[in-house]
Formats: sequence, structure tokens, C-alpha cells
Amino acid sequence: MKALSVAYKNLKRKKIRTVLTIVGVGVAVAVLVSLFGFDAGYQRSLNNDIDKLGYHILVTAKGCPYEAATLMLKGGGGLRYMEDDVYKRILNDSRIDKIAPQLVASVYNQEGQGGRGAFALYMGIEKTYLYLKPWSEFKSGGWFSGPDSDEAIMGYEAAEVEQRLVGDQIFVPGINKVLTVKGIFQRTGTQDDGIIFIPLSTAQNIFELPGKLTGIGIKLKNIQDMAQFEEDLYNVPGIQVISLAQVRGTILNLVGSARAMANSIALIAIFIAIISVTNTILMSVFERTREIGVMKALGASAADIFKIIWMETILICIFGGIFGVAVAMFGSSAVEYIIRQTLPYAPTGKLVLIKPALLALSFLATVVMGLIAGTYPALRASLMKPVEAIRSGE
Amino acid sequence: MKECIIKAEKLTKTYKLPAEKILAVREIDLDIYDGDFIAIMGPSGSGKTTLLDSIGCLTTISEGKLFILGKDVSRAKESTLVTIRRRFISFVFQDFLLIPSLTALENVLLPLHFARLPQEQRKAVEVLKRVGLGHRVNHLPSQLSGGEKQRVSIARALVISPKLLLADEPTGNLDTKNSQEIFDIFKQLNEQDGLTIVVATHNSKLGSLAKRMIIIQDGRIIPREKSIL
Ligand SMILES: Nc1ncnc2c1ncn2[C@@H]1O[C@H](COP(=O)(O)OP(=O)(O)OP(=O)(O)O)[C@@H](O)[C@H]1O
Ligand SMILES: [Mg+2]
Repeated sequence: MKALSVAYKNLKRKKIRTVLTIVGVGVAVAVLVSLFGFDAGYQRSLNNDIDKLGYHILVTAKGCPYEAATLMLKGGGGLRYMEDDVYKRILNDSRIDKIAPQLVASVYNQEGQGGRGAFALYMGIEKTYLYLKPWSEFKSGGWFSGPDSDEAIMGYEAAEVEQRLVGDQIFVPGINKVLTVKGIFQRTGTQDDGIIFIPLSTAQNIFELPGKLTGIGIKLKNIQDMAQFEEDLYNVPGIQVISLAQVRGTILNLVGSARAMANSIALIAIFIAIISVTNTILMSVFERTREIGVMKALGASAADIFKIIWMETILICIFGGIFGVAVAMFGSSAVEYIIRQTLPYAPTGKLVLIKPALLALSFLATVVMGLIAGTYPALRASLMKPVEAIRSGE
Repeated sequence: MKECIIKAEKLTKTYKLPAEKILAVREIDLDIYDGDFIAIMGPSGSGKTTLLDSIGCLTTISEGKLFILGKDVSRAKESTLVTIRRRFISFVFQDFLLIPSLTALENVLLPLHFARLPQEQRKAVEVLKRVGLGHRVNHLPSQLSGGEKQRVSIARALVISPKLLLADEPTGNLDTKNSQEIFDIFKQLNEQDGLTIVVATHNSKLGSLAKRMIIIQDGRIIPREKSIL
């Protein structure tokens, strides 16, 4: 006979009650794991999206920073236009490692999405764009034949959706322009996959935006120069400078309220779980008052009784933890789906990231929860006076 | 001269209720020697249970002195009382009070666990055989008859080889035949093993089997001839 087996056998005696309590703990653990998994996954995906932009700083026309941040990650750069003399002005700044101007235009295609209508994103770029994204590879074809040729390079998904191969033609609706597909990019897992790239000059011509840009992506030689660089651009009229750190902060702000909500739900779930475990164990302690008295008559000390009751709560929490972790792992895709439906901006990649360390930590947290929940009932039981306990309920 | 296991001097136990103070046991002087077999008798409410609980260290005494194996425990700390309950004194109760989730064998092993003694199955089975339950070792209390339950509880009391066995109306819930069996066991334990036993009972026939009979009334020991029984 060990304290553990006495505890276990007692739990087995009231199966339904025990199982219900375990389920309660499990739900709380599942919520906790999913939430932290989401936190880790979302941040990682977001960081990945931001890293894959390839630049530290985006210079855009003045506008709403939230909108700009979101559009930037969606592949645009804020659909406001600025003069390209800004580009010429900073081009030769010695702090700059790589710099790429871009002009984004969205074109409505009535036939898109099987007749339901959809926006297609076009981006005018120069070869410098590829320098920002050294991981870009052509699946087929290659770069434009000239700086103002009527040609396009399609992102992997754009090519799939439009079912185009190198050499095919694409029709730009609204402006009645036909472009020849010159290349198709490999999949990158970012928003670039959905964009149709054209030479910058061509874009300025066909969209009738001569000398205009929507953004300039800049990679600095030294990231420490960022603050000073921003400062220097501060006085240029009509533009704003968005650093990736800012974007990250802005997006995290956007999801911040959702996270706060989820956090409080998790807290409440844990609180309820603790209360319900405490309640269950307390009930079982009161029911067993006479048994506890007898154990004391048989030589159990207060510590012996405390240990048995504590074991019971820990056992419940361990089983609840295992159950909850399993639910969280199998349920993560459902959680992922719900999050994608609710959030204003969801990065590409897995949103709920459940790592072994997280599982281990949650499990530990559950045991600690058990210790907390069990303390009061165990204390009550251990402080019972043998005679009073034995005579109670007579 | 036999060893004095329990010595009570003017032992008094009061219960304090909001309205009154109840003197359940009043100034009792009592010596219990090694090998004694004492029956405590008396009307309901006379203080038998309170006396047993007091000398068994299940509760603290209010006034007077109590010596166990020569040691004064009148004002002893709870931890001292726990040690005494663990090693020297065992209880048998009227309604058996087995742990329902544990088998007969596990119930018997439990005091060894609390006493930090090696939990030898062999020893537990041996005491169960001793009370005639070698064939019920793995039964749960709910699968045992009343007489069998009481015999398990006696086995549970014996397993630590106590100096003193205290039984509070051990036959109160049993029929005549089972009661007789329980008393036969007590008698055998006392005569063959020299176990010291104190039993509180209403059953005068069984009480007369003991070596000594003590009558209490209103919390006091009274001379036998004045007994109302
Ligand atoms: N916890 C308590 N609080 C207050 N009074 C109590 C308590 N326990 C017992 N008493 C009182 O103390 C007296 C002695 O009670 P006790 O249980 O020792 O009697 P008893 O001889 O064992 O009776 P019975 O034969 O009915 O078991 C009784 O008057 C009883 O009412
Ligand atoms: Mg009584």
C-alpha cells in the first residue's frame, strides 16, 4: 500500500465524477495549449512572412500605417502613389545594401474566380527586386527581355489559377493589354506567389502612372543604422517610412485584442478547472470523513493524509493533462480554421505551432494546478481530529 | 511484576458545548497491565467510548494524568500520539470502518504503511488466516458479511503486533453467533499470545468472558456491588 495506490483506488470508486473532473481539466489544458501554440505559431509565421519580404524598410506614400502594414504583407505597398524622385534621391545613400522600387496595381477581373470576379495584383519591378529576395527561383522561363517589354513573370499560384505556361499570353482586363508570360516563379510560401510581375516601366505605362511608385523596399547594410536612416527621411514630404519592426508591432497590435480575449478565456477555463477540482476533492474528503478518522486511528499522521488527498488531485490533473494535450494536438487544425476566419490578417504557414516543449510545459502547469487545487481539501482532511471524524455522520 | 501498559490518574475528559460543559469521564484511576483482558461495561452515555478514546490517544485528555508504557502523555504533542497509535495501540470499532476501496488484504496492509513498517504480504495473509479469513484475502469490504468485516478489522488491528487492543462494542452490529466468534478470537489472542485487550460492551455475557470487568456510570468507575447491571 502506497499513498498513490490508496489515492488511485479511491478515484476509481467514483468513476463518473472522476472522469467528469478529468474532462474539465482536459478542456482547460487544451485551451491553454492551443492558445500558446497559436501565440508561437502566429509569431513565427508572421516573422517568416516579414523576413521573406527581404527588406528592412519600406518607403511608401503617406497614409494609414495599419493599412500600409497589412497591404505590405499582402504583397502591395499601400496603394497610394509617390513620385519616383524620392527613389533617385536615396538610391546612392551609402548605408543602403539593396533597394528596389515597386509599383502595385490591382485590376478587377470579372471572369476571375470562375465568373464571380476577383482582383488580380500586378507589381512593376526592376531586377533589383530579385536581389532583395535571393531565394526566388524560376520554375520555368526567366527574366524580362527588356526594361519596358510587354511581358510578365507569374507567381506560382497566380500561374496555377490562371493556368498559364511560359509563352502563353495574359490579358489585362480594363486596359485591354496583352502580356506574354516570360517566366514563372517557384513557390515561396509568401504572398508573392499570387502576384503577376511586370517590368516597372511597363507598369507605369499601361496603368498610366508615369514616374509613380507605390513603394521602395530597402535593405540596409547595417541594421543599426535604421533609426538614423528613418530620421533622415522624416523630412521628405509626402512619404512615410515603415520599418519591419513597426510592421510586426502593428500586426501584433491588430491581433492583440484577439489574443487578449483568448488569454482571458484560457484564464477563466483554468480558474474554473481549479475550482471544479477543488470542489470534487473537497466533496470526496467530506464524504470520507469517517475513513480519514479511521486512517488516523490506524496511525496516519496529518502529513500522511495530506499526501493521499494531494495525490488524488495530482492524479486527476495528470490524466486531465494527458487528455487535454491529446485534444489540443488533434484539434489544432480546427482551431487554425477558426482563427483564420476571425483574424484581420493571418500569415501564411501553420498558425498553431505545438512543440514538445510547449506540451511539457503545459503538462507541468497542469500538475502545478493540481497542487494548488488540492491544497485546501488536503489541508482540511489532514486537520480532522480522529475522534470527531470517526463519530461524524452517526 | 507485570509491565504497566496504561496508567490513568484522575483522568478527566470534558466536552465543551456552547451551553454547557459535559464531564464524560471523571477522575478515573485505572491501571492496565500486560496480558490484561478488561471489559468495560455501563449504560449508554456512561463514558465508555470516551474512556477508550482517551487511553488510546485518539483524543487529548482534559485533566489528570495518563502514562503509556511509563511515559507521561497527558499533554503530549500530536506527533507523539501519532507514534503511539502507529506502533503500540490498535482499534476495533463497532461498525468495522474498513476502507471500502481497498481489499481485505490492502486494508490489513494499510497500518504497516502508516507505521513505516515493511509491508510483508505474508504477514498480512497470516493475520487474516488467524481470524479465519484466509479465503477472503482479495474481497472488497462490500463483498464480505458483517462478521467477516469485523474479523478483517481485527486482522488490521493485529498486523502491527500492538501492545494494546482497544475494541469499542465490537459486537454491537453482529448477531449472537458472530459475536461469540469475535469474542472467541479475543479470548484466544489474550490467552495464547498474551495480547492486552480492553473492550467496551453492553453484552454482559461477553463481558463476563474477560478477566476483569469495570463498570462505569456517569463517567466514574463504580464498585461492582453498586452496579445497576
Ligand atoms: N463530541 C461530544 N460532544 C459533546 N458531548 C459528547 C461528545 N461525545 C460524547 N459526549 C457525551 O459524553 C458522554 C459519554 O459519551 P460516550 O460516547 O463516551 O458514552 P458511551 O458509554 O460510549 O455510550 P454508548 O454505550 O451509548 O456508546 C455522553 O453523555 C455523551 O452525550
Ligand atoms: Mg460508545
